[in-house]
Amino acid sequence: MSTTDQGLEGSGPGSDWKEVQESPDFTQLRHRLRTFVFPMTVLFLAWYLVYVLLADYAPKFMATKIAGNFNVGLLIGLLQFVTTFLITWLYVRYANRRLDPLSEKIRTELEGEKVQTTATAEGDAE
Amino acid sequence: MKTLAAGVEGSNPTLNIIIFAIFVAITLVIVFWASRNTKTASDYYAAGRAFTGPQNGIAISGDYLSAASFLGIAGAIAVNGYDGFLYSIGFLVAWLVALLLVAELLRNTGKFTMGDVLAFRMKQRPVRAAAAVSTLIVSFFYLLAQMTGAGGLVNLLLGVQGNVGQDIVIAVVGVIMVLYVLIGGMKGTTWVQIIKAALLIVGALAMTLWVLSKYGFNFSSLLQHAVDKAGGGAKGEALLGPGKQYGKTGTSKLDFLSLGIALVLGTAGLPHVLMRFYTVPNAKEARKSVVWAIVLIGIFYLFTLVLGYGAGALVGADKISKAPGTTNSAAPLLALELGGPVLLGFIAAVAFATILAVVAGLTITASASFAHDVYANVIKKGKVDSAASEVRVARITALVIGAIAIAGGILAKSQNVAFLVALAFAVAASANLPTLLYSLFWKRFNTRGALFSIYGGLVITIVLIVFSPAVSGESTSMIKGANFDWFPLSNPGLVSIPLSFFLGWLGTVLSKERNEEKYAEMEVRALTGAHAEKAVVH
Repeated sequence: MSTTDQGLEGSGPGSDWKEVQESPDFTQLRHRLRTFVFPMTVLFLAWYLVYVLLADYAPKFMATKIAGNFNVGLLIGLLQFVTTFLITWLYVRYANRRLDPLSEKIRTELEGEKVQTTATAEGDAE
Repeated sequence: MKTLAAGVEGSNPTLNIIIFAIFVAITLVIVFWASRNTKTASDYYAAGRAFTGPQNGIAISGDYLSAASFLGIAGAIAVNGYDGFLYSIGFLVAWLVALLLVAELLRNTGKFTMGDVLAFRMKQRPVRAAAAVSTLIVSFFYLLAQMTGAGGLVNLLLGVQGNVGQDIVIAVVGVIMVLYVLIGGMKGTTWVQIIKAALLIVGALAMTLWVLSKYGFNFSSLLQHAVDKAGGGAKGEALLGPGKQYGKTGTSKLDFLSLGIALVLGTAGLPHVLMRFYTVPNAKEARKSVVWAIVLIGIFYLFTLVLGYGAGALVGADKISKAPGTTNSAAPLLALELGGPVLLGFIAAVAFATILAVVAGLTITASASFAHDVYANVIKKGKVDSAASEVRVARITALVIGAIAIAGGILAKSQNVAFLVALAFAVAASANLPTLLYSLFWKRFNTRGALFSIYGGLVITIVLIVFSPAVSGESTSMIKGANFDWFPLSNPGLVSIPLSFFLGWLGTVLSKERNEEKYAEMEVRALTGAHAEKAVVH
């Protein structure tokens, strides 16, 4: 394995990684991954930061009561839970539909005849 | 921590010990059973990569919900109100970093350790050594915090008094933990974490429903009782909004911001969390693990919100603050109030199980990093005679770490080391996360960049902590009566994280090294899972 053996170049059976990396399928896969995860990361980190800053510097606003003792701070705090669950769900759906089929296709092409054994090993876990 | 204070009134130490002994007996049997198939390095470090996503997700939550987040957050909410809740949100949102940016790519490119990924396209020996240093330091801080916590819990729950009694219990905890790791390897450790997570979540659910039922399932009414118990008026109302703990001065506000950032960015850089992603067969299962972990951890933190205010309402902040273990006693005291000594015994046993499971996870991670990164790749230059000798080294390392953990736990038990968990998160967020993200996403990144961000992050974080009020200068500091706290914040993340990202960039552009072939291999493998490590079929 190239991850432990030092200085050993490319472990793929005759595969040229750069060629695969520049292939249209792979470029597409990378594009799909990055256009989802990067903006989403910026979004949830910004939203979290807004929350922390509000709690830190606008405690009076956060303590404003909405219903009974339920205040703005609790609402926004619970909304952080909601958005975390929501983003998780969105990502899984996106990955299943848009990422997995493409990465599976490239992997199958790369691993060539090894596919049968791999497919059964992975099939167990599905 | 008061070492000579009596245990919680109304607690039945014998009952607590019996319930805990039953847990240990059952888990040891399972660990022995799990060890039957542990033969190869992949079995020992990664449980043969044969756990399913849901199993691993439960184990992750077992690993992650340490005593600090179970007892600590509930207690913080009971005493400081809303500010305690803020912790749990940082701890939860952090998982999105792991889900979106780290888990799957790491599973696809690595084998056993964080070093596998960081060194993938770099010069192996220096980067692996750096990754191992960081892993060992983070694990050690975290481990010490847990072992010290064990000392406090003993005092609180078993009524064991005096130094010798506490020392014995810390040693027993250490020995059981080492047994789990030596015998069961990752598989045994994982099962201990799964069992513990199930007990913890079921216990917390039962208590949450119990508390809510006392107030007619009206959360607002529960809050009102917490406010009244705290003295009502403005003083009581302060529990409901943020600022009670951190809102005092400009510096404390900045400190809180710094903590919040370290919490959200630290999780995905914790080596014992990263290592769990190798125990599943492929990236898709790694994704499922994170989803399960997010759901379980999220639900658990919602429980702690109710339990925290519940403890405030039913037990009262004053009583909690005066109890041995102070805020850590909130959940146990609430259990006693609700279900008497039996429920307290159950919660006490779960708390101990928590420490055992987390400590075991840390020990296997640290020993794997030493054996795989340092011994096999740095010392033996990747030419170990057999995987068996690497596993033997890992087992010996686990023994050494166990001994260090026991000694450290005993020495540090009367110290205030609460800052250690925050420190572990700060190091993970500063040294590990920038390096991981650059490795996975930045083509130009190279050996010098990796070394700059790992060592730079480590040194900056530790120096800032040493010269912070957490260590000296205040009544709550670790070293009392000394003043060398020129850095005003107890949490260094605000400074150390951006600096580490900067250093990673700087080191990279200062070096001419480029390896586009290797990056192509890494990127293709990371995104597609081609030639990823496969599950072992027994």
